[in-house]
Amino acid sequence: MDVLFDILGSANFWAAAIRIATPLIFGVLGALICERAGVLNLGIEGIFVAGAMAGWLAVYLGAGLWGGVLVAALAGALFGLLHAILTVVLGLSQHVSGIGITLLATSVSYFTYRTALPDVSTPPRIAAFQPINIAGLSDIPFLGPALFQQTPMTFLALAFVAIIAFVLYRTPLGLAIRAVGDNPASVEAQGLSVRGLRIGAVVAGSALMALGGAFLTMSAFDAFFFGMVNGRGWICIALVVFASWQPGKALLGALLFGAFDAFQIRLQAQIGQVVPGQVFLMLPYLLSIVALILVARRADYPRALLQPWTKGQRH
Amino acid sequence: MSFRLEMRENASVGLRLGVSLGAGIVALLLVAIPVLFAGGSPLTAYGLMVQGAFGSMFALSETLNRATPLILTGLAAAVAFRAKLWNIGAEGQLYIGALAAVLVGSGLLQMPPALLIPTVMIAGFLAGGMMMVIPTLIKQRFGADEVVITLLLNFIVILFVQMLVEGPLKDPLAMGWPQSVPLLAEAKLPKLLPRLRMHWGLITGVVAAIVLWVMVRKTVLGFEIRAVGENKAAARFAGIPVDKTMLKVALISGGLAGLAGVGEVAGVKGYLSADLSPGFGYSGIVVAMLAGLSPIGTVIAAIFIAAVFVGADSMSRATGISNYVADLVVALSLLCVLVGSFFLRFRLRYDRKLEA
Repeated sequence: MDVLFDILGSANFWAAAIRIATPLIFGVLGALICERAGVLNLGIEGIFVAGAMAGWLAVYLGAGLWGGVLVAALAGALFGLLHAILTVVLGLSQHVSGIGITLLATSVSYFTYRTALPDVSTPPRIAAFQPINIAGLSDIPFLGPALFQQTPMTFLALAFVAIIAFVLYRTPLGLAIRAVGDNPASVEAQGLSVRGLRIGAVVAGSALMALGGAFLTMSAFDAFFFGMVNGRGWICIALVVFASWQPGKALLGALLFGAFDAFQIRLQAQIGQVVPGQVFLMLPYLLSIVALILVARRADYPRALLQPWTKGQRH
Repeated sequence: MSFRLEMRENASVGLRLGVSLGAGIVALLLVAIPVLFAGGSPLTAYGLMVQGAFGSMFALSETLNRATPLILTGLAAAVAFRAKLWNIGAEGQLYIGALAAVLVGSGLLQMPPALLIPTVMIAGFLAGGMMMVIPTLIKQRFGADEVVITLLLNFIVILFVQMLVEGPLKDPLAMGWPQSVPLLAEAKLPKLLPRLRMHWGLITGVVAAIVLWVMVRKTVLGFEIRAVGENKAAARFAGIPVDKTMLKVALISGGLAGLAGVGEVAGVKGYLSADLSPGFGYSGIVVAMLAGLSPIGTVIAAIFIAAVFVGADSMSRATGISNYVADLVVALSLLCVLVGSFFLRFRLRYDRKLEA
């Protein structure tokens, strides 16, 4: 029990939880936008890799850090556009297209990295984002180091939660996006383009996913490693169900997940001699499965998820 | 003149073949772009790839050796996708099958090869099958999507295998390498030809393809699988036990992926390690889609994908162009065949009348 309180009582733990949650916040928000518009985007895992590689490479080649973030978002948007053309315009299987996008984005990223840096043995580093101090908030005892000593990308992720919640629930655009994933016929009856809205949502969502990847190479670490995404994208697909497609709950889910992950890392340091390390590494994946099973029966999937739309279609 | 899309009732065999072939060719052609970017000549690269994959008896054996697990993981995906069961977990099922082979075949049972080899295979099949039956049961009982669960299970299984080969299963004689105790000689699949790596797993794969082909076409189960895949509600209405059929499909699909793991352990490596498969499970999805989910087509598609990998390795050694070219071809093949499937559903018509 003492171990538990020691861990939960350290500012360091909460800072780590938020740090671990950040890429997931981007990823869950991205998946949420796509799925709210009716499109499952299993390209997420590969788009994470593409964002991680593209953002890092841009900075390595001389771009500024925010320039790198922009490049990552563009890379994500590009793969999102491809997914949208295949699934929205041509109406092809969202499952297969998503897996294809993941394979393509991953191999394009690995190939580009190998070709740009043919003979490096240790991954080169960049000067990554550093924690910032907003209006002295970081100097508050305990709360400062726990909540406010984060890099700008974390604050960007939090801002996106608010922005997306606002757009989805308080603007006509958000209403249209939600409707297009639930009842596309009603959107068409309004004279809006179902396909246009869906394409836009998938492109924007994919750009967000790529930012999750970029956080890994430009904020959490300062280099690109093969296999560094390691299933984070798939975890986001589980988390978005857990969050019942709501931005606020998505933030909560990602933070819970980050807290759990930070906790197991610290627990590992305490009892790592008794239990093999792999048991701890398995926990995030197991937790995602458990979370999915717990909410599955109550999950209120967007009703038109996975269903392609042809103009003038009647039910 | 204007274009019009018209639904097709049925796509002919020739058209299906054309789409698959076309997808492979377009994927290969598109890869010329990254090859040019890497400063290579596409024609030289293609030449080296063909030579590396088929240029000698050794090259051919390496290609068929690589195709062996791909045939089985391809069949695993093909049979599941036909029933619209999204098994993306072949990678994990492969490892569990390999693990079962090691548990049964490394000294637990002492039998002559004629008994031990089938025992090891059955163990691997059942273990892999259970690995897919569980997510399917979870889906049926709790409504949780099998796609995400099978994907996440891949990571869990590989960590589990890593834990075992660094712990209880670790070979004390392996100079500290994290690999399992070796399989008994009696459990190993014989080589097909002396001095070449091809093994009896290849025959297993081809036989499995033929069995599956007969099953899908000629048996009640095959009919039920097709019916469930085409329209679940209609199948249920027609009195087909949908859930039970799905569980059978899951067992067969996971089992085939498990057999792929048995083949890699008992036919190639002789022991289990956490780097046994360079993504055979994921490539199997591409193989199945390229084959249009046809079992016999899967064998051919697996040889194509294997040739791309083996050829790219050899081309990479000669030119210094990264062998991730192979992964690019695989990914592009999948996307191209997906686009091709559009033309299996629709035909493009010109209407000249409007202009006149």
